[in-house]
Amino acid sequence: MIKKNDEIKIGFYICHCGHNIAGTVDVVAVTEYAARLPYVTVSRDYKYMCSDPGQELIQKDIKEFNLNRIVVASCSPLLHENTFRTATAKAGLNQFYMQMVNIRENDSWVHTDKDMATLKAKDLVRAAIHRVAYHKALEKKSVPVNPDVMILGGGISGITAALTLANAGKKVYLVEKEPTIGGYMAKFDKTFPTLDCAACILTPKMSAVKNHPNITLWSYSEVSNVEGYVGNYKVTVTRKPRYIIEDQCVGCLACIDACIFKEAKFKDEFNEGLSKRKPVYIPFPQATPLVVLIDPATCIHFKTGKCPQSCAKACDRNAFDFNQKPEVKEVEVGTIILSTGFQPFDPHKAPYYGYGKYPNVYTSLEIERLVNASGPTDGHVVTRDGKEPKSIGIIHCVGSRDEKTNKWCSRVCCMYSLKLAHLLKEHSGAEIYNFYIDMRTPGKGYEEFYDKLLNEDVHFIRGRVAEVSDWAISKDEEGKLLIRVEDTMIGVVRRIPVDMVVLAVGLEPGKDAQDIRRIFNISCSNEGFFLERHPKLAPVHTFTDGIFIAGACQGPKDIPDSVAQAGAAAAEALALIDAGHVELEPNTAYIIEERCCGCQVCINMCPYKAITFNAEKSKSSINEALCKGCGTCVASCGSGAIFQNLFDDEEILSEIHGVLVE
Amino acid sequence: MKYVYFPGCSLKSSGMQYEKSLLSVFKKLNVTVEEIEDWNCCGATNYMSINETYAIGITARNLALAEKQGGDEIIAPCAACYMGLLKTQNYVSSDPEIRQNVCKELTKTGLSCQFKIKIRHPLDLLVNIIGIDAIKNAVTNPLKGLKVANYYGCQLIRPISTFDDVYNPQTMDKIAKALGAQTIDWPLKTRCCSGSMTSTMPDIGARMNFEILKDAKSRGAEVVLTACPLCQFNLECFQGKISRQFRENIKMPVMYFTQLMGIAFGIKEKELGLHQMLSPALELSL
Ligand code: SF4
Ligand code: SF4
Repeated sequence: MIKKNDEIKIGFYICHCGHNIAGTVDVVAVTEYAARLPYVTVSRDYKYMCSDPGQELIQKDIKEFNLNRIVVASCSPLLHENTFRTATAKAGLNQFYMQMVNIRENDSWVHTDKDMATLKAKDLVRAAIHRVAYHKALEKKSVPVNPDVMILGGGISGITAALTLANAGKKVYLVEKEPTIGGYMAKFDKTFPTLDCAACILTPKMSAVKNHPNITLWSYSEVSNVEGYVGNYKVTVTRKPRYIIEDQCVGCLACIDACIFKEAKFKDEFNEGLSKRKPVYIPFPQATPLVVLIDPATCIHFKTGKCPQSCAKACDRNAFDFNQKPEVKEVEVGTIILSTGFQPFDPHKAPYYGYGKYPNVYTSLEIERLVNASGPTDGHVVTRDGKEPKSIGIIHCVGSRDEKTNKWCSRVCCMYSLKLAHLLKEHSGAEIYNFYIDMRTPGKGYEEFYDKLLNEDVHFIRGRVAEVSDWAISKDEEGKLLIRVEDTMIGVVRRIPVDMVVLAVGLEPGKDAQDIRRIFNISCSNEGFFLERHPKLAPVHTFTDGIFIAGACQGPKDIPDSVAQAGAAAAEALALIDAGHVELEPNTAYIIEERCCGCQVCINMCPYKAITFNAEKSKSSINEALCKGCGTCVASCGSGAIFQNLFDDEEILSEIHGVLVE
Repeated sequence: MKYVYFPGCSLKSSGMQYEKSLLSVFKKLNVTVEEIEDWNCCGATNYMSINETYAIGITARNLALAEKQGGDEIIAPCAACYMGLLKTQNYVSSDPEIRQNVCKELTKTGLSCQFKIKIRHPLDLLVNIIGIDAIKNAVTNPLKGLKVANYYGCQLIRPISTFDDVYNPQTMDKIAKALGAQTIDWPLKTRCCSGSMTSTMPDIGARMNFEILKDAKSRGAEVVLTACPLCQFNLECFQGKISRQFRENIKMPVMYFTQLMGIAFGIKEKELGLHQMLSPALELSL
């Protein structure tokens, strides 16, 4: 079924990929085999095709032998299709005359029998040689890139990315769902391993965001819809009502004092419930923007309508608006950075550690607030009944590295447990026990920090804790929390009585990660973290062009890594913006109008909303810029009206023929 | 719904009080059960480590007999029997090779099995099917304020529970409360009773039982309830020895939850086997 055309001259190249391919596939045999296939003018094997000499080989042959089709048998096109397309184009040939055959992931890596793997390689190569004869020259179209950027999530990653881009002169919309930016870092006391005060390094950045002329900060807001494609996204943002006019409020806090609740009564989110707030409140003194808000779930006005509204009366700036409604904003941006972060593991899911049952079992975040000088106890370490603990147990890996909860290592808990051990010791002088299963301290300066802690009289017990209970056996255990653990260093089960237990909870994908994934049309890994395009080569890209990820939404990450990744995401966005335009893959679908019967089957099939119906003409048409070339519509069209570049019927049928018939 | 009943060896011997009380409670609540004819050992022995096919096979025989008798669900009161049957059902349905071998053995004895029958512990039946309201309605002699420690043991709900919270089981607690009793919240409700260690490593067995009983006692429990004949046996039989060994008097009634239900339902002591207990359970009914 191969095309009859003597003009066609195919160059075939097979890569050893070191031992990766040549170890399992007899590359010389495949080269010789390919040489005998129709229209193959040149057939060569080379150790590393992707290297410079490998690419030059192709270019030289194209010129010397007037080749007009290229087939490269090597690794996955995901990795190197671009490399070989570029090489082809450099030699003056249209890049779509190049076809890759994946004989690594699809062959050598998954087989062990050399003869069979070689046979399979020959089949796959034959298929590509059949298909490439039908390839047509295609042109990449380009579309302009809107220079504005949207960043979702105002933690340390979002803040860093926003400032980087804004300083580069780009307009940035920073959207944060909480009333203030700052994220989890704003709740920390000190950061490891340098013990910098978290607030001192973060809050200047927060106010820089607020004051930057290039940054529009929308806190207490969520994205509800995204349309468009790389370079040209239209994003709908819903701003939740604060019941305060943001521009009028100067953060004098007179309203909070005046509130009819004399005492603060409701769980304070920022202090992890260790203190109370009023219905009108500000998350914390350095909140950005420094604007109060009203929680309608606790405000008497919203609950009964019978409140004298003393808060509003106390406001001499007339900032109150109890009738505020959600406000919908629409903006156009070219690129998007998602930095929506993580959520801590909920220790109720590990009931054997007694969280929620014994009052003196705390989460690590609660301890961050407790040791914080501006926290609910001004940094005094006391148990819930106000006593000073004499002994504290820190349990590592709560909800991490566990088949029953989360299987992954959360990457930061070892280090923050060491930090909390240091801080708790410093603030209370108590005996501190760290229960760990492995100590993982792989960052710069981290091992040194561990060493420091080893010399600070903190006890380290290796073993996964089985249980925290109040089950006292002897007199001196009474009134204590008992930590039962197998000490795997000495091979015995121990019971350690303590006054306070700290659960080093792990990191999970954010609560709304799945919604965000759907809205932005990106993928998640098995664990539910956002999936990067390639873990090593494209760690901040997603599979959707123009959408980047940064920080712990991609996987557990500490502050240095989040900041580095945020910088990388900003740089990638800048690269797109500064190029001014993006090239679109031409493997899109198109409709032959005369054949379209207007049944509209394709419209619902398209996952990217790329097809629209023209009611006047009663025909469908495809927006090339939105089409991702998935081919769903092509297969669904009963009239045979839809075709797809690079996947023409002849190309596919010839390829199938090539696989099956020798 | 036809319930067939698998007593297992203990309920016919050392745990006969469990059978007596269970059946009289069932009668009071209008639950009819039919004993599986010609049942055999549940396989809760070391056989498993010697010949897996036969070990699973003998348990499977009970399942086959139950199906043959037209049962929809098996009621298995002993925790070991219950787990053994459940385990067999799971193995056979998830591993085609085991299933084939076991079916081959069954065919030799003229039996066949679909492995579809549901296996239920009486706690599951009473709480989730019969319902707490029915239990409350049957109470004629409310156990005002009696402080009860509910002891589930380690294997009834772990590792695979189909009817209760693995870490903090509640079914027995709900029943005790329905009878008018108070329950204590204690971390040892799912601790191991030491199984057969009371005979193989008696010192360790004694210590494990001592800790369970002592903790129940120190939290004010007046009786420990069990749902397994081995747990009941271990916790009740060695109290004298334990008290001497640890120099602490830990006398504590240990009874089946069905016996306490019987007391609250006003069933006669003899029908509940209370007179056959080693601990002073009888006093509770007075
Ligand atoms: S009184 Fe008015 S200006 Fe002052 S914090 Fe409250 S709302 Fe803002
Ligand atoms: S090929 Fe896929 S993405 Fe393109 S229009 Fe058809 S269904 Fe939509």
